[in-house]
Amino acid sequence: MQDISGKKSVFFAFSAPTFIWLTLFFVVPLGIIWLYSFGENVTITKIETTWTLDNYRRILEPEILQLIGRSFWLAFVSTVICLFVGFPMALVIATASFKAKPWLLLLIMLPFWTNLLIRTYALLNILGTRGRLNDVLRWLYERAEQFQAMLGLERLNLLGDGFTPLTLLGTPAGVIYGIVYVSLPFTILPIYSALERMDNSLLEASMDLGAGQLQTARNILIPLAMSGIVTAAIITFIPALGQFLTPDLLGRGQVDMIANVIERQFKKANDWPFGSAISLTLLYATFILLALRSFYDAARSKREGRM
Amino acid sequence: MFGIKRSSNKAGPFEYSRKWSLRSVFLIGSIFLYAPIVVLIVFSFNDSRRGGNVLWKGFTTKYYGKAFQNDELMLAFGNSITIAVISTIVSVILGALTAVVLWRFRFPFKPLYEGLVALPIVIPEICMGVSLAMFFSAMGWLSTGDTAWPFNLTNIIIAHITFSFPFAAMVIRTRLQSFNREMEEAAKDLGASEFQVFKDILLPHMKPGLIAGALLAFTLSLDDFVITFFTSGPNTITFPVKIYSMVRFSVTPEINAASTILIIMTLILTFVALRYQRVDS
Repeated sequence: MQDISGKKSVFFAFSAPTFIWLTLFFVVPLGIIWLYSFGENVTITKIETTWTLDNYRRILEPEILQLIGRSFWLAFVSTVICLFVGFPMALVIATASFKAKPWLLLLIMLPFWTNLLIRTYALLNILGTRGRLNDVLRWLYERAEQFQAMLGLERLNLLGDGFTPLTLLGTPAGVIYGIVYVSLPFTILPIYSALERMDNSLLEASMDLGAGQLQTARNILIPLAMSGIVTAAIITFIPALGQFLTPDLLGRGQVDMIANVIERQFKKANDWPFGSAISLTLLYATFILLALRSFYDAARSKREGRM
Repeated sequence: MFGIKRSSNKAGPFEYSRKWSLRSVFLIGSIFLYAPIVVLIVFSFNDSRRGGNVLWKGFTTKYYGKAFQNDELMLAFGNSITIAVISTIVSVILGALTAVVLWRFRFPFKPLYEGLVALPIVIPEICMGVSLAMFFSAMGWLSTGDTAWPFNLTNIIIAHITFSFPFAAMVIRTRLQSFNREMEEAAKDLGASEFQVFKDILLPHMKPGLIAGALLAFTLSLDDFVITFFTSGPNTITFPVKIYSMVRFSVTPEINAASTILIIMTLILTFVALRYQRVDS
């Protein structure tokens, strides 16, 4: 690392293009929607910034507030499911043999490289009432019925009158399935890298001192992986909150999230000021989440420093 | 170090990867990740015109022919590749410059600069798409859609560079961290100029990072739907945007066929990338 004194020309030649690009195509555009969010439509495409707070006030209307609440709820449930499924999967990769590890990682990463739209579209075939998931469930139901008959328990009617296919498309469950599907690789990787760095001797010490398997997992393994789990939760939650495609294709207009309302303001309703205000609200929510994570990291390193 | 490697059949306490309970979670998780893609590919061969995703009606490859004959789809595909190539080239150059600056120099407001570069990675896609759309509209650049190819794609290319180059910078910076500064000093002691050091020592060391960054930028560009959806005009359609409008219209095996082609392309790219990394290490 060196100071820029004496190397000013090199420094500016290297840093100026990025700085100019980001200012022009990132900061200025965000500035524009910030100004629009305090504006009013004069004509269809002309917006005057009058510093009105009406657009933000409209976010507090029950209809929009309920939608924002639903987005947070769906993103939260999806993140929790991702963590519960992702943790054991990360654990398997982290403790796999030296040879198997890169292949298992590749196995998890490959779907992530596949186009998001295509992956979401692929779920339409799985989740439909006559889709593949219901085919599997029907098959399992029939096996269970046969098993019940074999035991002679038909009279108890434990399985109900017949198989009713699950309706997932157009329901919150379908959207959650979709979000979990597209975010799972994001959840696994940070947990994996935290577990990878873990010192096995701590686990051994815990067992030597008489702790059981579950106790060791709860008291040693999970706390050690906590920074990875927190990172995983944040980088799963943020994109989940802003999901557009999943609620759009799998929710079928019944389970809209924040991004769908934003899209409608720009593509159909032509209410750019209101759309800008919601976009910025989503952006602020993202910043708050990232700040929380920094606080967590700071608190954690302070605590560890004291130990 | 006991418990790391054991030849007995019973799994040791920390060999989580050998426990059947965890293994089955991993297996089910993998099926969960792969089944939709496999089903999508299988149904691209389904001989059924309407409701192509519900019932299996026999094997056919005609939908691949149909996809290739769909002019709009092929135009969109060409657009996607063009955008990806141009945005990758610019992203790698900007990414490399950014990575070198962040790795090499200490300067005032560095954390701010670093944060600014990382921001496009973390902010929700929809916010970026919307803000760029408003920017292009405010600048009166929407009419670029009517200019000659490939200039009609300018807006989309700008958008793609903006979200791809920070990723490229991240990858290249990681590679730079393993650079041995003594090499540079030795070259300078032997009379090499600043530019010669850059060209003959730093650049060759950066090469795997540049390739990895380029492949990442390329896939990100090919993959993007949301930001492109907002910045594209009626005459500038990319592959994902076209597929989206086809899905909204009706679900046909043709979409599955087109998707399969893209999946296979991505697979090939990934394996090329892995090949490169292996050769280098």
